[in-house]
Amino acid sequence: MSLSAQDIERIAHLARIRVTPDEVGQVQAKLEGIFKLIDDMQSVNTKGVEPMSHGLDMVLRLRDDAVTEKNDRENLQRNAPQAAEGYFLVPKVIE
Amino acid sequence: MSWNAFATVAETKAALEAKEVSAVDLAKHYLDRTAQLNPGLNAYITLNPEKTLSEALSTDNKRSKGEVAPLLGVPIAHKDIYLIDGWRTTCGSKMLENFVAPYTSTVVKYMADAGMVTLGKLNMDEFAMGSSNETSFFGPVKNPWDTSRVPGGSSGGSAAAVAAGLAPASTGTDTGGSIRQPAMFCNLTGLKPTYGICSRYGIIAFASSLDQAGPFAQTAEDCALLLNAMAGFDPRDATSLDRPKEDYTRDLAKPLKGLRIGLPKEFFGEGNEPGVLKAVEAALDVYRKLGATTVEISLPNVKYSVPAYYVVAPAEASSNLSRFDGARFGHRAKDYDDIVDMYKRSRAEGFGAEVKRRILIGTYVLSHGYYDAYYLQAGKLRRLIAEDFKKAYEVCDVVIGPTAPEPAFQFGAKADDPVKMYLNDIYTICANLTGQPAMSHPCGVDENGLHVGMQIIGNYLDEARMLNVAHQYQLATDWHKKHPNI
Repeated sequence: MSLSAQDIERIAHLARIRVTPDEVGQVQAKLEGIFKLIDDMQSVNTKGVEPMSHGLDMVLRLRDDAVTEKNDRENLQRNAPQAAEGYFLVPKVIE
Repeated sequence: MSWNAFATVAETKAALEAKEVSAVDLAKHYLDRTAQLNPGLNAYITLNPEKTLSEALSTDNKRSKGEVAPLLGVPIAHKDIYLIDGWRTTCGSKMLENFVAPYTSTVVKYMADAGMVTLGKLNMDEFAMGSSNETSFFGPVKNPWDTSRVPGGSSGGSAAAVAAGLAPASTGTDTGGSIRQPAMFCNLTGLKPTYGICSRYGIIAFASSLDQAGPFAQTAEDCALLLNAMAGFDPRDATSLDRPKEDYTRDLAKPLKGLRIGLPKEFFGEGNEPGVLKAVEAALDVYRKLGATTVEISLPNVKYSVPAYYVVAPAEASSNLSRFDGARFGHRAKDYDDIVDMYKRSRAEGFGAEVKRRILIGTYVLSHGYYDAYYLQAGKLRRLIAEDFKKAYEVCDVVIGPTAPEPAFQFGAKADDPVKMYLNDIYTICANLTGQPAMSHPCGVDENGLHVGMQIIGNYLDEARMLNVAHQYQLATDWHKKHPNI
């Protein structure tokens, strides 16, 4: 599989990671090497195989729809880059 | 106070119970030794002697009041991926350089409930992505056996700290081998339990369907004692197994007569350094002398472990790491045009090259039109690999082979070639994909004197038997008693 510079720019945008024009070539080369490794698995015939994500095939538990956690806003916001009056501050998104 | 920094957890527990030593004395001993040796090793990222000593004092007070707990006063150091309320928790990343955890992970809480005293937070590959500890924002950890070599990764600080006697034991996490490979590189015993045994709550997520917590220690017996404290159901982890507690020490003393060891031919091929194979073969002779039999098995799909892993792990990482956006916690760039630019710059600055690479791979394989070819195909391969093991357990009780194809390598040897680095985990990754328990124990040295580890992979929930196997080997050998001269 080969990735173009545009592919890298598109993925980087989707991932919300800034990749400068100087970096694109380097990133492209490394990712191509990794995809070469990954593409080894494409040849395996897996028709009819049920995909697995948990070895014991457990099903997710349900819990009662009840309030179990206390409001811990102040404590949890202590790590915010910018916060005020209980809100996280970000650049203006609505004009 | 004179104290052997390489005392085991079992010995430390006994000394505390006999009141030959206090928890405060022990904490001081390890903190002093760390102050002296850590600058050369870089195993710890954060220390907080005041907190450590106050925890130690509180366990001593409990003991004097007659309270009991299984590991009361025994010191432990935690990989810096575990949140501990009030402790800086960085995950080895600039992104979390100044992040102070607002709550405590379940595993750390369970260990504190068992009486353990936190010595500090250990260095690691950034977001646990790496096999050499070279991706840490806080600089690489040095291997205490040879400081020109890597300690392994991603739990490199966890391995180096115990190997150097800066802690009697430590916690790690294992997503593709991050406990077992550093255990081999630093001559320790390390265990990745069955997926779901230890809660993932409060452990910074890398690949949620693969991540599992486990211990590092000098011996298999210590790993059993530590797992007793770490394991247990947690309603806060959706994939935690709801089952009764077990005593992982219960089978340690069982003789190995009748044990059937499966040797996958795929693990004994030409990809191994000759010295590694030689050490593993010698260890197998010890097992045979102890009454075990060996049988050749085949795991035909295990060769797809590495490609399947490099789809599943980056895919899940790209989703998990989307929370680091510079808005709610973590690094935020200084200058930006708008909110999207803020996300992009904060993430570009906060993440290192390997983390960004994995997020990009994960984003690609999950992007529109590629899901079936990648994530779904990898999920199907997980099933095929698990079926290979299921078939193997019809003729054997445990599967054994080398932990990694080569011992600790030099800094820089693979740092520029991600694919070369990834292939170091070729034998460990399969147990994460299937969710089986797996461990590594010391089994000798190669021709250069570098330590070799033997991997024991077990059937689901078979930790007690695996620990029994490793413990019996350790009663008959002394590789695990060798310590670096520092």
